[in-house]
Amino acid sequence: MSVSDNPPLESPAGPLVRSVRDDFHGDLLEVSMGPHHPSTHGVFRMVVTLDGETIAKLKPVFGYLHRNHEKIGENTSYLGSMPYTDRLDYLCSMTNNWAYALAVERLSGQAVPERAEYLRIILAELTRLLNHTCLAGFLLQDSGASGTPLMYAFREREKILDLFEALSGSRMMCNYQRFGGCRADAPPGWLDAARALAGGFGRFLDEYEELITGNEILMARTQGVGRLPAALAVSAGVTGPMLRAAGVDYDVRKVDGYGLYPRFNFRVPLGAHGDTYDRYMIRILEMRESIKILQQALRDIPDGPIMDPKARLRGFRPKQGEVYSRIEGPKGEIGFYLISDGGPNPYRYRVRPPSFINLTLLEDLCLGHTVADAVVILGSIDIVLGEVDR
Amino acid sequence: MLGTGLLQGLAVTARNLVGSFHDPRRFVTTQYPEERTALPEAYRNFPFLVCDGADDPMGTLRCVACQICEKECPPQCIYIEKSRDKKPDANGKMQLYPAVFDIDISVCMSCQICVEVCPFDAIEMDQVFELSATDRFTGLMLDRGALAKPNSYFHRIHPTQAAEVDARLAVERAAAERKAQAAAAKAAPRPAPAAAEQPPAAPAA
Repeated sequence: MSVSDNPPLESPAGPLVRSVRDDFHGDLLEVSMGPHHPSTHGVFRMVVTLDGETIAKLKPVFGYLHRNHEKIGENTSYLGSMPYTDRLDYLCSMTNNWAYALAVERLSGQAVPERAEYLRIILAELTRLLNHTCLAGFLLQDSGASGTPLMYAFREREKILDLFEALSGSRMMCNYQRFGGCRADAPPGWLDAARALAGGFGRFLDEYEELITGNEILMARTQGVGRLPAALAVSAGVTGPMLRAAGVDYDVRKVDGYGLYPRFNFRVPLGAHGDTYDRYMIRILEMRESIKILQQALRDIPDGPIMDPKARLRGFRPKQGEVYSRIEGPKGEIGFYLISDGGPNPYRYRVRPPSFINLTLLEDLCLGHTVADAVVILGSIDIVLGEVDR
Repeated sequence: MLGTGLLQGLAVTARNLVGSFHDPRRFVTTQYPEERTALPEAYRNFPFLVCDGADDPMGTLRCVACQICEKECPPQCIYIEKSRDKKPDANGKMQLYPAVFDIDISVCMSCQICVEVCPFDAIEMDQVFELSATDRFTGLMLDRGALAKPNSYFHRIHPTQAAEVDARLAVERAAAERKAQAAAAKAAPRPAPAAAEQPPAAPAA
């Protein structure tokens, strides 16, 4: 696909604002949704200008959850930033940890033992399952299926969180990866529990799909809603399932082949329409691929140490240099850009948050649709405000 | 046919509803204050200070007030003041002890970095989570008296980790004893006549 000739950004609804005062249309109405609206997935505010029920303009307002993450990262040690990365995208602390650990490992040339690499892949794929289950539940909640699908999704999520808790001591704020490996080895029986979960998860997906995928109301609410053209997605820097739902074959696991991913056999599902329904389906399909990766990893995981013996916990000072390192998080490409001046703190610490960059297209997706659709579209983008605002 | 998907979904809901009455795998909730699930061994909440003797917690704290955890704590919730005098530790070596050791658990984010960086295995993660207080400034500020808990408690909540720590400390203690004996043996032959009547005092093991 050629993307070099950036096409002009056109909204599906045509010109942004129509002439307002005519016989049939009244004034445009500005509605502020959020920052405490339950459908905005946190403290996110949408200033929506409405023409009747149709969205004529949408201004996203965020920053309510800004916690100075990057500045704090420049003022604490490299290790001290690790627990803060849990709090970026608080559903996916394991992948955040991995992205940060990978950046620091590349900066300092730190090797990682094979068992730790396998554990990281297992945890990253469990996180993907967890995130996509949550998304499937929340998306349905946003489209009006209140309760049931979300509760089914949370029932499964809880099993993954139990695994995380048994491994790292915390359900969500795992703080598990370290530079050069993982903090603690899997307790006895953990890998078997993970195998049981990976074996049973496909059954849950079947049940979930039976519950909702063929649902006519869901189809009516999501098909053709919030269409994202592939060229627009690429030029806006959208990554992750949202980009793949638009039909662009781009997965950092395949493109970069970080960790041990080249050893694994999995496919990258692609959407055909780029609408909200595709974005829902792509997550279901990705979960099925994640199960395959999990089963391969849990089959092949070797014994051995989980920390590189040369890794240092305290007094860690990487040599001067800079690095940008990225992984495929459940929401898209999560990257860390670090500059080291040889001191104990990074000189510059920058996060590339996937949900923030995916969110920038919200207006283009929502124009011409109704307010109720905007809620569904926002749900399908999959944002976590901890990561958007940092 | 339009509506098939809806009915199919309703059938799933019905199966789950009926199943929730007789299939134990579907009982996924716990009635919390009455029922409690067992915490996994790795579960961590807030730090506590390990002391070796249950009857004298302040005298047997393993902490030597080196302030590494205070320095490494990402949200800076630990406050330590060193003592002016020294006390013998478990190996008989004279060590400082924390005159003040406060942890503000309203700031603590349970990251466990203090535990990882502690060279003396003096601070470990607790599993008590019912810590609500009516006053956020004093009720959630734990001093060393509230933080000190005996090693037997550590064994109860984190048995594997506590066994590892004890093994490591036993090795250190044995090394300290060997060193003391070697020092005694080395010191002994030089003043040969005096050594017989006045053996060098071996540090209290």
